[in-house]
Amino acid sequence: MKTTNRQHLAQLALQNTSLLLFIVVFVVFGLLAPRFFALQTFETILKQASYIGIVAIGMTFVILTAGIDLSVGSNMYVSATVAGLVMQELKAPVWLGLLVCLSVGMLFGGVNAFLITRVKIIPFIATLGTMVAGKGIGLLFSRSIQIPYPDSVLELGSSRLFGLIPLPIVIFLGVALAAQLVLTMTPIGRQIYAVGNDAEAAKKAGLSVGRVLTSVYIVSGLMAALGGFVSVAQQGVVHPGFGEGYEFNAIAAAVLGGASLFGGVGSVLPGTLLGAVLIQMIQTGLIFTKVDIYIQPLITAAIIFSAVLLDAFRNIQLQKLRRRNIRIDKGALVGAGDD
Amino acid sequence: MSDAILTFDHVEKSFFGVRVLKGISLDVPRGKVLGLVGENGAGKSTLMNLMGGVHAPDRGQMLLNGAPYAPRTPSDANAAGIAFIHQELNLFTNLSIAENIFIDGFPRLRWLPMLDRSHMRARTKQYLEAVELHVSPDTLVEKLSPGERQLVEIAKALSFDARIIIFDEPTTSLTARETERLFRLIERLRSDGASIVYISHILPDVMRLADEIAVLRDGELVAHGDKEAFTINRMIALMVGRAIEQLYPPRRSAPTTTPVLEVQDISQQGIVEAITFTLHKGEILGVFGLMGSGRSELARILFGLDEHARGEIRVAGKPYTRPSARRSIDAGMAFVTENRREEGLLMDIAIAENIGLVALPRYAAATVTAVNERRYFTEITDVAASLAIKGGELRQQAVKTLSGGNQQKAVIAKWLLDKPAVLIIDEPTRGVDVGAKYEIYSIINDLAAAGTGVLFISSELEELMGVCDRMLVMSNGEIQATFSRDEFEKERILRAAFRENAA
Ligand SMILES: Nc1ncnc2c1ncn2[C@@H]1O[C@H](COP(=O)(O)OP(=O)(O)OP(=O)(O)O)[C@@H](O)[C@H]1O
Ligand SMILES: [Mg+2]
Repeated sequence: MKTTNRQHLAQLALQNTSLLLFIVVFVVFGLLAPRFFALQTFETILKQASYIGIVAIGMTFVILTAGIDLSVGSNMYVSATVAGLVMQELKAPVWLGLLVCLSVGMLFGGVNAFLITRVKIIPFIATLGTMVAGKGIGLLFSRSIQIPYPDSVLELGSSRLFGLIPLPIVIFLGVALAAQLVLTMTPIGRQIYAVGNDAEAAKKAGLSVGRVLTSVYIVSGLMAALGGFVSVAQQGVVHPGFGEGYEFNAIAAAVLGGASLFGGVGSVLPGTLLGAVLIQMIQTGLIFTKVDIYIQPLITAAIIFSAVLLDAFRNIQLQKLRRRNIRIDKGALVGAGDD
Repeated sequence: MSDAILTFDHVEKSFFGVRVLKGISLDVPRGKVLGLVGENGAGKSTLMNLMGGVHAPDRGQMLLNGAPYAPRTPSDANAAGIAFIHQELNLFTNLSIAENIFIDGFPRLRWLPMLDRSHMRARTKQYLEAVELHVSPDTLVEKLSPGERQLVEIAKALSFDARIIIFDEPTTSLTARETERLFRLIERLRSDGASIVYISHILPDVMRLADEIAVLRDGELVAHGDKEAFTINRMIALMVGRAIEQLYPPRRSAPTTTPVLEVQDISQQGIVEAITFTLHKGEILGVFGLMGSGRSELARILFGLDEHARGEIRVAGKPYTRPSARRSIDAGMAFVTENRREEGLLMDIAIAENIGLVALPRYAAATVTAVNERRYFTEITDVAASLAIKGGELRQQAVKTLSGGNQQKAVIAKWLLDKPAVLIIDEPTRGVDVGAKYEIYSIINDLAAAGTGVLFISSELEELMGVCDRMLVMSNGEIQATFSRDEFEKERILRAAFRENAA
């Protein structure tokens, strides 16, 4: 009886590693720098997590199908650049700029989808290719020059809904909620999980695997563009290095949030949301505790790596715990084997 | 014969230029069970794949209720009322039962793009009741046993009101009780008017269930008629093309008394308890037990795939600590798992490479040298031939294109190449036809004659009695009894196997 209880506890803990990690990191930084507990700090963290979080939500869709999208960083750069140029050169209004940005992002995702489902290139290579090509196209447009956004965008980026919650946070949470609804409540959402679980079986069950894959890469492209816009709206300019390396953070956020790179497992709420906020919390916490700025990336990477390692370990352990007990112990018959 | 619900009219099918179906004409009877038998690779699954919309025939046609029928996808077949329950189940383990049933046509909430969960739940509940699976529709499929998963597949067939249900070797991973439940269900489906095609290598099951029997050999229909016209021996003769006098080859060697595998008091909580036995050089030691008795788990522990808390293993006299698969192989152990799809084979890789995988290091002279390609390939070809693996070019064709039974043979071949000192072999004849079973027994015999100690795990008592020198009987994770060959007696062995829950 005792052992089963302990096993249940272990299982519960393993299933919620990201939440546990979140709490641990939060408490540790709070103890090291009491200012960390302030509501203001939390707001800053959420705000700064918002754009990576949005990109990571798109990434989650892709990872759920056992795919990967390495091109999100380049996508952010291209779509933000094109939108910036449209607003700067053609004096287009902000709504049109946003529309252009999102359209370019979806088109980018569409190209990935085409390469993967039609040309049948594996996602890793296909998106590695578009990552390099996309960056090149972006630089072709921008000529490596910073592109300023109109002030109205910057104002939007620092505005608050009902004068209360910063707009980036509202968008982040709104997108997360919508994404979670799509994943759990709609046919396509459930089919994404099915394809990630067993693409061969999905084909046999009559699902259009190509259609499912196409939609996740387009969603990823859309989210990358939106995340990029939200980010630029906070900074005001698109500098030539914009978006570089963001794919790593986006993947890390999804995986920290419990998405499995093998597909079929993961969630946006709480999963990826938690993962994105966790990464930002670590980065902010390191600044608060005044850790050497050159050491900070190393610590961030170490925490991400250990979380992912923990995840691999966790899956093995969970599998072991789930394995049915086949022996009925004659001494302790009670409660054995119920799992 | 009776009226046909579906007719195959001279259908032909080739893969890579090899004719797999050579002009088959067959009537599937309405409202009856048609038993379909044949050797591994005879074309049974391929024929059903035509009906299920997985493949299209190259030539010939099918008629459904007299009208031409040409499904292009499995969903076309479903829409026409044909359900195909595959050899390997086709469910999404990360989704709920209800979601699995409706995956390709979710009911929606009026005009919204949302799932109508309550509707799904209610309907699923109804189907689950019909198949007597008493769990919630929201249960995740990963929580279900193989037998329960199969019931979900059947429930799915009910959901689109299938008039024809194809079962392709449905009992391979079921316990005796689950099998019994499946048979009752099939009989009920038939009395409700469904037409059933039942494929199996377990001929007594076919005899019991079928109203009509059809026999395929090498892509041709060699016999079709009412069950009464068949006996098991006649079926075998038709399948193989000659009469088989003996089911088991005679032993040509006697076991020695030199131990090759000594197991002392192996225990792991909740799995096995105090397992002690010795396997000798040249001995075939059977391990009998019902499904869930701990046989396969013991095998995994011995081979180092799972850990154990207590006990000692000695291989060829040397203590063997910290077992791992690689070390086991180096120590001369080989393990044919019961789970060929997930553990035994790399499905997308060529047959030859799969077979050569374990023995590969032996063909490289030093640490960094090229593999002796020619010798390597000749030996692979020999092994494949001795097991009669049917299925095209060894070096090119992927294992997944092999028929179910031939995949099983490839797993066995993989380990034979290495001429192991200890061979642990778990359910090697499951899903394998009679002729190939004989081949497998002969190979086990030959290995034993050459000095290999064989641990032969099976839930088929007959074959263990036919092949083994000695038999351990397990239940509840313990060895309940040991019998030597002259003590083999069905009833006593079964009694030991059922001896569980003594408390
Ligand atoms: N997709 C495919 N590509 C190439 N060859 C195939 C394919 N599917 C089946 N075959 C070949 O067709 C032959 C018949 O296979 P099939 O699966 O119909 O046999 P079966 O009668 O069901 O055998 P078993 O009892 O072993 O399941 C085999 O030789 C197999 O290798
Ligand atoms: Mg088959």
